[in-house]
Amino acid sequence: MTMIDTAEPGKKSRARPSFYFRYMVEPYLYLTPAIVLIALVMLVPLVIGISYAFQSVNLLRPFQSGWVGLANFEALWSDRKFWLAMTNTFWWTLGSIFFQFFLGLGLAMLLNTQFHCKRIVQALVFLPWAVPTFLSALTWAWLFNPTIGPLPHWLAALGILSEPFNILGDKHLAMWGPVTANVWFGIPFFAITLLAALQSIPGELYEAAEIDGATAWQSFTKITLPFLAPMIAITVMLRTIWIANFADLIFVMTGGGPANSTQILSTYIFTTAFRKLDFGYASAIAVALLGLLLIYAAILLVLRRKLVKI
Amino acid sequence: MSTLRNSSPLAVTGKYLALGFYVAFALFPLYWLVKIAITPDKLIFTEGTALFPSEFTFENFQTVLIATDFLSYFKNSVIVSVGTAAITTAIAAAAGYAFSRFVFRGKRLIIALMLITQMFPLLMIIAPIYKIVAAVGLLNSLTSLIIVYTAFNIPFATFLMQSFFDGIPKDLEEAGMIDGCTRFEALRKIILPLTLPGLGATLGFVFTAAWSELLFALMLINSNDTMTFPVGLLTFVSKFSVDWGQMMAAGVLALVPSCLFFIFIQRYLVQGLTSGAVKG
Repeated sequence: MTMIDTAEPGKKSRARPSFYFRYMVEPYLYLTPAIVLIALVMLVPLVIGISYAFQSVNLLRPFQSGWVGLANFEALWSDRKFWLAMTNTFWWTLGSIFFQFFLGLGLAMLLNTQFHCKRIVQALVFLPWAVPTFLSALTWAWLFNPTIGPLPHWLAALGILSEPFNILGDKHLAMWGPVTANVWFGIPFFAITLLAALQSIPGELYEAAEIDGATAWQSFTKITLPFLAPMIAITVMLRTIWIANFADLIFVMTGGGPANSTQILSTYIFTTAFRKLDFGYASAIAVALLGLLLIYAAILLVLRRKLVKI
Repeated sequence: MSTLRNSSPLAVTGKYLALGFYVAFALFPLYWLVKIAITPDKLIFTEGTALFPSEFTFENFQTVLIATDFLSYFKNSVIVSVGTAAITTAIAAAAGYAFSRFVFRGKRLIIALMLITQMFPLLMIIAPIYKIVAAVGLLNSLTSLIIVYTAFNIPFATFLMQSFFDGIPKDLEEAGMIDGCTRFEALRKIILPLTLPGLGATLGFVFTAAWSELLFALMLINSNDTMTFPVGLLTFVSKFSVDWGQMMAAGVLALVPSCLFFIFIQRYLVQGLTSGAVKG
């Protein structure tokens, strides 16, 4: 918070706008367009969306609309697909964040050292971040396709698959497809943010540690990790929430199939709204997802406070 | 500087191997996209797993550009992305300037509201937005997409612009204001030229975000004339699911604008994030 200071000592002699103007009106002249748009396009629909969860809003059955209390949530409770989607959301998020984070951390540490052609390497490894999501989804779906893609053949040659088939069509393996695509797409995010944090660690600390005879592992755990910890905590939390909400990859690659084995809550929301036009039920799922994410964020914040105390 | 101080030949080899792995992993899918796009149709199946096609052709690109609605999707996407990027950057620059230079009542509340918009599932508002857009008769129009995308991108763009403004010393515009400029003149003549890299980064960031948005476009657009690229390509896939070469060629063309923008902005993006990290 560096912008609190607005003391302007050099201006005392000048006639200046009144206190009221400077503190109440002028900032809002700059802010009004942003506030109006965000309120109209995001906050108002958010409130409407929450209210939909307690209504029957189905465009295919327009005459049955109205308040239904908790009926949507009761239907949700006994919906087997919802619970399956919840389990899948957990595995999808955990698998993606685990590989994204550790591969991203490794890449950030590598990029923080000196080597040949650094600028080019850095631009190339960050490139997946720039690829439009729908296109990464399609590309990876194509790579997993045994007709034109090499991956099934290579996996079969390595003995991982018994024969080259499309793992996106296999109930037990399908989730690996979108997770792989998501890891590919998400490594640069962690690499960029962690690299920025690494570069802010003073170099003298490492020199001092070296003089004191610390091993590389010791200086990693005693210097690098404590410095990175705040950045790691915030990025992992934000990314977890973002990935849990991220429906594009799965929607394009598998559409939630086969047999709902890759259906996560956010794709379930989208297909319910987009295919069935059942906005009430879709909003109920969305409220449930929002609740889960809030619980997750609360647990993480409490944990963090506990850890910081020790 | 170096965290890997151990410079034995083994460690150096390991480092370059690891870097090689990352580069290969990042580029491989994109290479394959290009490879299939330039492989002649007759070779796609016989040389399915070969790393290099034995001959290549640009026929797929020609067909895609001439014989499909591809150019119209492309044009729609350009209109939406450029429109969104320009409007968002202008609005976010103003808001970021206000956050950076003023102390005022309600500031914390507005920042909190902007943070909230980054936390909840965007899909939550897809139904209300559809109903609102339908009610004002803007379904199937590019205008609705531009308005919706602009609002989605304002919070992050505002924080990005604020961090760029924070990096410019206040004394500069105060000097200008002492010399008789109004604040707005000082902003326009002194601050804006200095923050051009920040404006460029924000433009590029919002452009790529709008270029790749799929789900809201799918919901709000279903007429072929106003389809954006992601929607068009997805219907392309379900309509002509046999012509791999053409689909890949379309994919390569979709990739070009966002990669160009990204190469242009990535330096500034790291810079913006670094100054944010230093501030804590």
